Amino acid sequence: MKIRINDHQLIQWIQGLITKFQVFYPLQDANSGVVHIQKATGSLNSDAILKPVSGVPKTSIKTFFMPQPEVIARFSIAAQDAEAFVLKEPGTALQTQVLLNIRPCDARSVALNSMPYAEDPYFQKMLKRTVIIGRPCDETCSTCFCELVGGSPHGTEGMDLVILKTEDGLALEVLTQKGADFLKQNPCAESAGLQPTPQQQGGQELPIVAREMQKKDLLALYNASFWPQIAEACINCGACTFLCPTCYCFDIQDEVAGTKGVRLRYWDSCMFPLFTLHASGHNPRGQKVQRVRNRFMHKFKYFPDRFGPVSCVGCGRCVKDCPVNIDIREVISLMQAV
Amino acid sequence: MTVKHAELTQEIQRQAKELLASGEVAAFLGFSAGSLPMTTRPFVARTPQEAERLVWNSFCTVNLANYLPALLKSLEPPRSPKDPPPTGPLPKVGVLATGCWSRNIVVQIQENQVDRSRLVILGVPSRGMVDRKKVLAALQGKEVLEAQEDDHSLRLKGKWGETELSRWAVVRDNCQSCRHPNPVLFDRLLDAASERQAQAPFSQIEAIEAMSSDERWQWFQQAFASCIRCYACRNACPLCYCSTCFVDDNRPQWVGKALNAPDVLTFHILRAFHCAGRCTDCGACESVCPMGIKVRLLTQKLSKDILTLFGAEAGMDVSVPPPFTTYAPSDQNPFECDTCSSKGKKE
Repeated sequence: MKIRINDHQLIQWIQGLITKFQVFYPLQDANSGVVHIQKATGSLNSDAILKPVSGVPKTSIKTFFMPQPEVIARFSIAAQDAEAFVLKEPGTALQTQVLLNIRPCDARSVALNSMPYAEDPYFQKMLKRTVIIGRPCDETCSTCFCELVGGSPHGTEGMDLVILKTEDGLALEVLTQKGADFLKQNPCAESAGLQPTPQQQGGQELPIVAREMQKKDLLALYNASFWPQIAEACINCGACTFLCPTCYCFDIQDEVAGTKGVRLRYWDSCMFPLFTLHASGHNPRGQKVQRVRNRFMHKFKYFPDRFGPVSCVGCGRCVKDCPVNIDIREVISLMQAV
Repeated sequence: MTVKHAELTQEIQRQAKELLASGEVAAFLGFSAGSLPMTTRPFVARTPQEAERLVWNSFCTVNLANYLPALLKSLEPPRSPKDPPPTGPLPKVGVLATGCWSRNIVVQIQENQVDRSRLVILGVPSRGMVDRKKVLAALQGKEVLEAQEDDHSLRLKGKWGETELSRWAVVRDNCQSCRHPNPVLFDRLLDAASERQAQAPFSQIEAIEAMSSDERWQWFQQAFASCIRCYACRNACPLCYCSTCFVDDNRPQWVGKALNAPDVLTFHILRAFHCAGRCTDCGACESVCPMGIKVRLLTQKLSKDILTLFGAEAGMDVSVPPPFTTYAPSDQNPFECDTCSSKGKKE
């Protein structure tokens, strides 16, 4: 369900949210021209609300669901402490956070990441506390390819609420129960009784690329001859995986300062030498070509085999920022041709 | 493409083809065109046909020396760690080298990372490479769909229209402050030597040195605040070849692995110090940084100190050992600091 709202109502509503919650939104840096997701402080410029920046933010919103790092437990190592080395809940207070003016690709990444993390308590906790207010893309970049991987510049998957432009002004649509509950507590104009728009139940068709990859022989893809050529220029940095909204691998380390320790969960990258390094010293992905292959095989073969869609939303961040211009769209074409 | 760069592209393709066709080299390391405007890809040609894909333009920002050790090794016959090193001549690699990359090759030779006799170095005097991030900033973030370069200008087109920028205005900081654009080590030189030489190579560093200690600390924290620890700076650097980097070690864990500020700053400061006396200011670290951090200011500060304290510049001459690998009684006494005003005295 949706209601019509005017500019003034939207501005008032969002200014109100900023006083109650942590609100994050994309903003373009005037000096560098780069778009970053920033925390709203004080009151927002009405332009920032009404005219969301075009262009993909430098980093994705995954940090709001998988904080870098996340404290998952605390412990003491003091000898006299009766509970030394006992892991305890971190006791971090989790308040509602609002992500505003989020692009369809970034919102969809949350829905995709929810699949492998369906039973992950940390991710689910973050998901519960976060309200995503999306905004369709009026303008796409040359590096955007959301439609190829099953998204759309006007898609709403992963959003709780969406601000739409209609012929006669703005509209606010409720997409999830979480969005409806949020609006009930924080009404905008006449939004009080709005119920979520019924979503298609499981009828969403997979994109061609996902169905194609599911049909392909895993070993034929794995042993394809093009991997060494793709990997040759790669410097095995983590720019692609860390900027990627759907790269969700993590590692866990304990860090101790004095007698107090924390167990941290932080982002890992299949490009890194520690990734899948066994305690024996053996690493099944010890070489660059194996690491590079893993990133693409995970997104376009292992993930669709297990969950259906491909683990890519086509935001184009890796295309733009790969230091050696490895273009994932070319890799998809090569994989499709196997 | 610039007239100069178009000529160089042709010359590079011609010589690479010839080297590959005659069998003098087994592989030729250069750049091919990228999929986006203002990008290139490091590229290895292995046949004369593949050499036709080589390009040369203002966007060759990645340091090719970084690929040499692994590429040379890949051409050796396979052997296990306990087998003796291969005897007899091994396949050669042709490589392009500007001033800074050639100096990196010198450092690699001095540090036994590459074998000079297996390289055919095609020297290219550098006109300075363009910084994509400066272009983006000049266009206030507007997307470039087409970029054409002339000798002194860049013509950029997008959905928003088109504009022309002065090429030099968007050349990378390290190229603007460069004093050695000409290769110091090569087998063939592809163009006449460049005469450009920066007058104030350390002006960016002097501006930071002029700050108070507190201001510098503020600057340092802010400058590196957006780091995502992707390690592109480290991995693009030909000096970083340790088999296990200190940040990757986890037994013991020298430094925390997430985005806590002390860990991030520790990584950057230690990485820079590992490059002291070895860095040629090629700027690859800064060019590859996805977050636009001015990474090279740290290594450039150390280059300035090495020049001031030891009168040395990395990689200028194979026969001159790097300053930190030698000892001489006339070396600067580390307890006497000539660079700070206090002039610390011996006890």
